[in-house]
Amino acid sequence: MQIPYLSSLVFVPLIGMAVVMFLPKQSKWAIRWVSLVLSGIAMVISIWLTWDYYFNLAGSAAMAYVEGPFEWIPSLHIQYFLGADGISIPLLSLTGLLSFLSILASFNIENRVKEYFAFFLLLEVGMMGVFVALDFFLFYVFWEVMLVPMYFLIGIWGGPRKEYAAIKFFLYTLFGSIFMLVAILILYFTSEPHTLNMLTLIQTSPGLGHTLQMVCFIFFFIAFAIKVPVWPFHTWLPDAHVEAPTAVSVILAGVLLKMGTYGMLRISWPMFPDALRTLSFWIAVLGVIAIIYGALVSMAQKDLKKLVAYSSVSHMGFCMLALAAISSVQAIAGCMFQMVSHGLITGALFLLVGVLYDRAHTREIAAFGGLGAKLPVYSGIMVFFSMASLGLPGMSGFISEFMIFVGAFGAVNKVLVGLGVLGVVLGAAYMLRMVQRVFLGNFDESRWGGLFEINFREIVSVAPLMVLTLWIGVYPKWLSSMMSATLENLVTLMAR
Amino acid sequence: MEAQLPPYSIKMMLPELFLFVWALVVITFDLLTRRKSGSAVGYLAMLGLVICGGILSITGYGRGFGMMFINDPVAVFFKVIFLGAAFMAIGSSFGITNRKIVNHRGEYFGLILLSTVGMMFLASSQELLSLYIGLELTTIPLFVLAGFFKDDRKSVESGIKYMIMGALSSALLLYGISFLYGLSGTTDIVQMKINLAVTQLANEGDIGVILILATVTILAGIGFKLALPPFHQWAPDVYEGSPTPIAAFLSVGSKAAGIVAFVKIMMLGLEAFYDPVMKPNDWGILVGVLAIAAMVWGNVAAVRQSNIKRMLAFSSIAQAGYIMIGMVAMNQYGLAAVGFYTFVYMFANMGAFAIVTVVEDQTGSCKISSYAGLSRTSPFLSAALAVFLLSLAGIPPLAGFFAKYYVFAAAIAMAGSSNGHTWLYWLVGVGLLTTVFALYYYANVIKTAYFAREASPYRLRPLRPALLVIAIGLLGVLIFGVVPETIVDFARDLPYYIAH
Repeated sequence: MQIPYLSSLVFVPLIGMAVVMFLPKQSKWAIRWVSLVLSGIAMVISIWLTWDYYFNLAGSAAMAYVEGPFEWIPSLHIQYFLGADGISIPLLSLTGLLSFLSILASFNIENRVKEYFAFFLLLEVGMMGVFVALDFFLFYVFWEVMLVPMYFLIGIWGGPRKEYAAIKFFLYTLFGSIFMLVAILILYFTSEPHTLNMLTLIQTSPGLGHTLQMVCFIFFFIAFAIKVPVWPFHTWLPDAHVEAPTAVSVILAGVLLKMGTYGMLRISWPMFPDALRTLSFWIAVLGVIAIIYGALVSMAQKDLKKLVAYSSVSHMGFCMLALAAISSVQAIAGCMFQMVSHGLITGALFLLVGVLYDRAHTREIAAFGGLGAKLPVYSGIMVFFSMASLGLPGMSGFISEFMIFVGAFGAVNKVLVGLGVLGVVLGAAYMLRMVQRVFLGNFDESRWGGLFEINFREIVSVAPLMVLTLWIGVYPKWLSSMMSATLENLVTLMAR
Repeated sequence: MEAQLPPYSIKMMLPELFLFVWALVVITFDLLTRRKSGSAVGYLAMLGLVICGGILSITGYGRGFGMMFINDPVAVFFKVIFLGAAFMAIGSSFGITNRKIVNHRGEYFGLILLSTVGMMFLASSQELLSLYIGLELTTIPLFVLAGFFKDDRKSVESGIKYMIMGALSSALLLYGISFLYGLSGTTDIVQMKINLAVTQLANEGDIGVILILATVTILAGIGFKLALPPFHQWAPDVYEGSPTPIAAFLSVGSKAAGIVAFVKIMMLGLEAFYDPVMKPNDWGILVGVLAIAAMVWGNVAAVRQSNIKRMLAFSSIAQAGYIMIGMVAMNQYGLAAVGFYTFVYMFANMGAFAIVTVVEDQTGSCKISSYAGLSRTSPFLSAALAVFLLSLAGIPPLAGFFAKYYVFAAAIAMAGSSNGHTWLYWLVGVGLLTTVFALYYYANVIKTAYFAREASPYRLRPLRPALLVIAIGLLGVLIFGVVPETIVDFARDLPYYIAH
């Protein structure tokens, strides 16, 4: 029998959660270490899968590590069906890595430790599940399972407006999900024989009429666009990001946003090629609006975390622009690169902002200045990631943006791509301005004299992200060769 | 002249007869111990329900008393729900009986059992008169139970209000039934269905305005029982005033009884007049409108409540709306979804009310604000409350999600099956949009319990039976959420027994 790698990815954190729930409330260190070890096991499995996939399976577009389909609720054709391919494998290891690092970065949580780590591990269950589910019902269950721990994590351990941010996130995402649910049910009842198997539906659903395709496409798009978030649906993001505790922001930016783009690549793009062709121009428009709007709003922010949050809107806009270039494998690959690289870079930026906030208890950009002299190591790392975020060559952000623009130039309206490139300049502007005002200039000794340097645990939690950012930036081929077969197949499916 | 009795079989009625006798035993036991029976009488009542369930499981399917009494899977399925709801209502009542109604424990538990007998009888009746009798036997003990706190003005008010509303709705129902009898010349529901179809054909598709009158009055009568807007105004007041376990029993048991009455009269008897083809006699769209009203009004009004019992009252109005979606989806999924939904709703709602009872016993208050910070002092109960509320809101992987999924699936299948039913898409749309509102007020309670910065001054100490009820509710909500197939397998056959 084949080893159920993907199930263990999903259920190892669940075991961790169960263990944490049975530990006494007072033994904080036991809870922390159990969580770290269990999420560490999940991370090791995900990295092993990446390794194995890269060397043995990357040449084929077929689903790997398939489990099932096993009957779950036979009377409604609901199955337990897992599988991974070139677009889910990188995201799985990103999830494994970021969850592990976030749990490490959460060791300084002192308030209600047991609940915190239990919710965090449940969150990991949902994230892993979304990336491996191949049955619509299962996908939806994991998609929703994640909302509950997120609601609690923001609502209990968040900032001053935590209640508002938590419920806004919850309601907003649920609002999107209900559209997805209707689309899933329509697909189920229009398929013959009835099925919820995504792979089968990808084969059959282009046979739906144009109207039905449009309806389903738009319904899925609303659900995914809220998650990404695409421009008019983005308003939950700054609230959630700013109020969430550091590690939760990392997960939010690093993994949750990717679930939206992943859903598009996995479900709506290959499933409704007709509707996609009709709407791709407007998707590009939304992407470009997000790029420019996100960058401009970032520029106006006074709060460091809000700046990073809005930069996410801008960076996910690049993904949308790439996704609009439906005929270009390169652009879609760029989108995947952007997803991974944004996860690494923005995750690290949130961790670093958290490090500073823990010490200074403020995130106001204007409050700082000249930190470079006082905190050289911290400032060095922060500047490194700021450069990565603005797309400095040699780092992963540059690779993804370059691929997106080259790919999209031939496939999307050229004016739109041109406007999108403007986003890179604006990105450099807000990032450099932030670096200048926080790390350069005069240091206020009387106010910040007590600040101390980034500690070992905090360095450990960002170091892997630095390595990966550089590694992808210098040698992107390992990542692209892992997904090229899958993406080529995807583009063929979209061209049907 | 000697009257010819139809062939009858006492065996079919054994669970009802047993429970009836047991109710009398419970009351007598309390009297014999000179009102000093303590908790024993409560345990005795719970034991009776368990034995009754055992008897039900060995009774088997069949008919008794001609066509009047039938034990088919539909009846058994709902009987299990009634027994479960009664069990959980009694289990969460011990705190109240120990403090507030020390001298009338026997009657309190006995009346719950008698009401359950009525519900079970109702579920088995295949004939309009016995159905009406079952409904009366269900509600009359509940009037008394709702007003059981004799010194509490709100409780007395709720008892009287419930009685007046109940009498009015019964009168409406009876009026409608009399029209049906006049049209068809029989009270047997299956025969009535045939006779109505014959009359319909004989009159060249124009059966006349009487059927419309019958449909509307019956719908109004059942609408009162189910608290569907615009017949819902009694529900929040009655729930607020009556003892909390009774409010729970009303919201699950008596609601399920209303559902059975609906299934018997509308889905079985008037099945032919569901379709838009039968205009203007079709009742499908009318029920659809009621369902929309229930979902919208229930969910919107619940948002504004500060008393958790009133909030749960409005939430149960909305839940009835979701159940009605399954009712108007008259296909192979509809009734199955209704059954599954009601079954799961029992666990979540009874569980939530059990916790409300525990909190009320301890704090003396039903205000949502009195839940502040409870997660710090009573983590298990707060978590259980969160699970029940999230299940009611329909968040996976809890059972309430699959119930909603099933209901919406049934409606979408119906809407897609033919052009005349595309209005069901609107029903699904409204249903799904209102779940967002629903999540808001359910999450509001969770927020109060969890997000408060200060710990609550109360530490909840539930009695053992209440803990048992909460544990049963939790297990039901979790197990039937992850592996619903065991119940779905049973529920999916229900439509066939009603259609044939």
